[in-house]
Amino acid sequence: MKRHLLEAADLDLADATLVLDTAAQIEAALSGREVKKLPTLRGRTVVNLFYEDSTRTRISFELAAKRLSADVINFSAKGSSVSKGESLKDTALTLEAMGSDAIVIRHGASGAPHQLASWVRGSVVNAGDGTHEHPTQALLDAYTIRHRLGRLEGVRVAVVGDVLHSRVARSNVRLLHTLGAEVTLVAPPTLLPVGVGSWPAEVSYDLDAVLPKADVVMMLRVQAERMNASFFPSAREYSRRYGLDARRMAALGDDAIVMHPGPMNRGMEIAAEVADSVRSTIVEQVGNGVSVRMAVLYLLLGGAPA
Amino acid sequence: MSSYLIKGARVLGGDPADLLIKDGRIAAVGESLSATGAEVVHATGLVALPGLVDLHTHLREPGREDAETVETGSRAAALGGFTAVHAMANTDPVADTAGVVEQVWRLGQEAGLVDVVPVGAVTVGLKGERLAELGAMADSAARVRVFSDDGICVSDPALMRRALEYVKALDGVVAQHAEEPRLTVGAQMHEGDRSAKLGLTGWPAAAEEAIIARDVLLAQHVGARLHICHVSTAGSVEILRWAKARGVDVTAEVTPHHLLLTDACAEGYDPVFKVNPPLRTDADVEAVRAGLADGTIDCVATDHAPHAVEDKECEWAQARPGMLGLEQALAIVQDTMVETGLLDWAGVADRMSVRPAAIGRLTGHGRPIAPGEPANLVLLDPTGRSVVDPAALASRSRNSPYAGRELPGRVVATFLRGVPTVLDGKAQR
Amino acid sequence: MAGSPPAASSSRDPRGPAAPGALLSAADVARVVDRMAHQLIEKAGNGLADLVLVGIPTRGAPLARRLAARVEAFSGTAIDVGTVDITLYRDDLRLRGVRALEDTVLPDGGIDGRLVVLVDDVLFSGRSVRAALDALRDLGRPRAVQLAVLIDRGHRELPIRADYVGKNVPTSRTQSVKVRLAETDGADEVRVTEPEERP
Repeated sequence: MKRHLLEAADLDLADATLVLDTAAQIEAALSGREVKKLPTLRGRTVVNLFYEDSTRTRISFELAAKRLSADVINFSAKGSSVSKGESLKDTALTLEAMGSDAIVIRHGASGAPHQLASWVRGSVVNAGDGTHEHPTQALLDAYTIRHRLGRLEGVRVAVVGDVLHSRVARSNVRLLHTLGAEVTLVAPPTLLPVGVGSWPAEVSYDLDAVLPKADVVMMLRVQAERMNASFFPSAREYSRRYGLDARRMAALGDDAIVMHPGPMNRGMEIAAEVADSVRSTIVEQVGNGVSVRMAVLYLLLGGAPA
Repeated sequence: MSSYLIKGARVLGGDPADLLIKDGRIAAVGESLSATGAEVVHATGLVALPGLVDLHTHLREPGREDAETVETGSRAAALGGFTAVHAMANTDPVADTAGVVEQVWRLGQEAGLVDVVPVGAVTVGLKGERLAELGAMADSAARVRVFSDDGICVSDPALMRRALEYVKALDGVVAQHAEEPRLTVGAQMHEGDRSAKLGLTGWPAAAEEAIIARDVLLAQHVGARLHICHVSTAGSVEILRWAKARGVDVTAEVTPHHLLLTDACAEGYDPVFKVNPPLRTDADVEAVRAGLADGTIDCVATDHAPHAVEDKECEWAQARPGMLGLEQALAIVQDTMVETGLLDWAGVADRMSVRPAAIGRLTGHGRPIAPGEPANLVLLDPTGRSVVDPAALASRSRNSPYAGRELPGRVVATFLRGVPTVLDGKAQR
Repeated sequence: MAGSPPAASSSRDPRGPAAPGALLSAADVARVVDRMAHQLIEKAGNGLADLVLVGIPTRGAPLARRLAARVEAFSGTAIDVGTVDITLYRDDLRLRGVRALEDTVLPDGGIDGRLVVLVDDVLFSGRSVRAALDALRDLGRPRAVQLAVLIDRGHRELPIRADYVGKNVPTSRTQSVKVRLAETDGADEVRVTEPEERP
């Protein structure tokens, strides 16, 4: 493992598999126990540095760190010195001076975790940066797929929606490719980046053509505001062409699963009956997120300092 | 005034000759010259070029003296071999009145290291709404001939047409920052494979090319002169080639960084590589080099853009675009154009001195190295290579994209009207 | 009980550190395991059904399974087996590179109220056993915990003592004791090696 987890490309097949295996072992070790806590990272400090509101991701990392007995500091950009104009670099150096061993960062600017990693000695974990990457989300998605389907090699994954603005899509394309899955991106051309042809993924504009062959359908959140910038004409048209409703779900194979990184726009990209169906892994993904993040923190912090 | 006898310099890279400089002019050029009382400058192996002229410099004064001043920028220019620089108008206050351009011009005179030639804003406050008093700036002591809203495109086609027409009466030129604003909302880097991977909003080549195509048509229609700033794409070069073939009175510049660097530099998210227009692809670099070599692109202009540390040591999206250029421009041109065989030293003199001086209507610069001409000269040692150390730069800022890079050549001396502003590679004031 | 095997001497070897070389052959290992199985049966008495053998990975896990198999062969009582990975409980994580985790598996009924015997290959500083005790505490509340090791090489750093020892091997601190088992290493053997001849 590298010292930081900044993007999915930081993980080769061996590393990615190690994270998933470690997460599975941690989950097994903790299942059915009353005491859901391990002493592994006692005396180590993990800072959650969140420049964007993301309660679910922050809580997931916080729980992961606490279950490994690390001390956790939540540093939210709101109501702190950051909102008074302190630079990211000054904040990073301050946190390091206070003895942080790892910084988990969520930031609205693509690349902020990379820059942070160049300024601090401790480990940096990207918890989502702008429209770039969200590697732990991809890891928990891969974990969920492997858990449900028993494998990743050769699994056909359709990633549907706003790929252009999605850090989840970028991380998943890279990680799933590393793990041997076959990814097809499905979106209107306006929501695919120029340059998507260089990604290790197929591209389709036609959801109905892709669904029958998919083992996994990963729906991305589509913000209605995109409509105002003419990425698509209306929410209704988007939903009609790219939304997953009960009719489309019926086209899926028997074992196919439906995923969503949350938060969902029910009725927009995903219908309520799909989100709540037995195919849906949405709640499972959240639970798996804690195990996967524990694995990442253990693998980054559990050994000798680099 | 002292006189100087430069011994054994290769004029425009040709055979060695001696140059006698007296009373601010070149008094004689020949073999084995001697002059009593003249200070001798040994120049064996050095190349003599006319003093370089930059059509595109940001000196940041007034307004951001923490990033650069007219004086520090002038020193950086002299060390880079320049004898004249055009100071862009996007200062605070904007150089959109005779008062501001005269202030900048006067600060340049006081610094005395290069001729600082102010560029006047095309529109009031660079707002793109109505024309600034272009005539007043032209008639001022600063004698403005180049007008530009650089940093912002004059995107309103009707306003651009009027500007092109109006400056005809002033023998002026509009230097366009070609960037269709609606196509570059939030843009962070060249739009392509790398922007897709890095998750940075793309700046499509078409946003530059569309404006250039529009403006060459407008310039032809109204019979005006047009200059295109910092051409960065292969498509732009093609459009310019087409326009020149049709007889459009258009000129264009390319920056040193667009001759050398590509969007691969963005990979580490170091905002020192954030610039507008953005660094493009290998194919674009090839095309702008070829365009400069065949004259489609007339000149090299630095777009020297100093920024304070806090404006660069931050998130990429929040960083200001721009990079330093004055002190390394000649080395980059040697590296990318001379050592590749695309230009000889006479060609460098043409693209870095003669043509930019002509575009800016500077009568005392870009002249031949011949008796009777103003002694604006640079002596450079083309041998040897050295590593760029931003801390050693004369600019007040440190945002050099060349930090740690080994580049060829060295400016040994610069003369401004017979006065050495740089000797032995050191600024004289 | 069957005749005492030669390796069963429970008194300390007076000659000091063992000479390098093969200490136990495959046949020796089998004999030692058999003897330990007999001791377990004897000591457990009629509480044998309560017994859970919990191996500490890596080599404690197959040892526990072997011991369980021998106990069952000798006594006719099926013995529950488990493993407890101690990696996440170690106090020396920062001294080495990060380690991959191993499985923790407990019998279906858990370990509450039962007699847990931790099984490991080599007892040295005692820190692994300390970590295993911490892990067990989080996994349940056994009636009692005992310790069985194939080799006790001395040099304890904690007040920990084994209840069942296959062989006491006096060593110097710089020597290493290499236990190889068929399940993990292809063959059974115990060697003492000097630092420079580490494989």
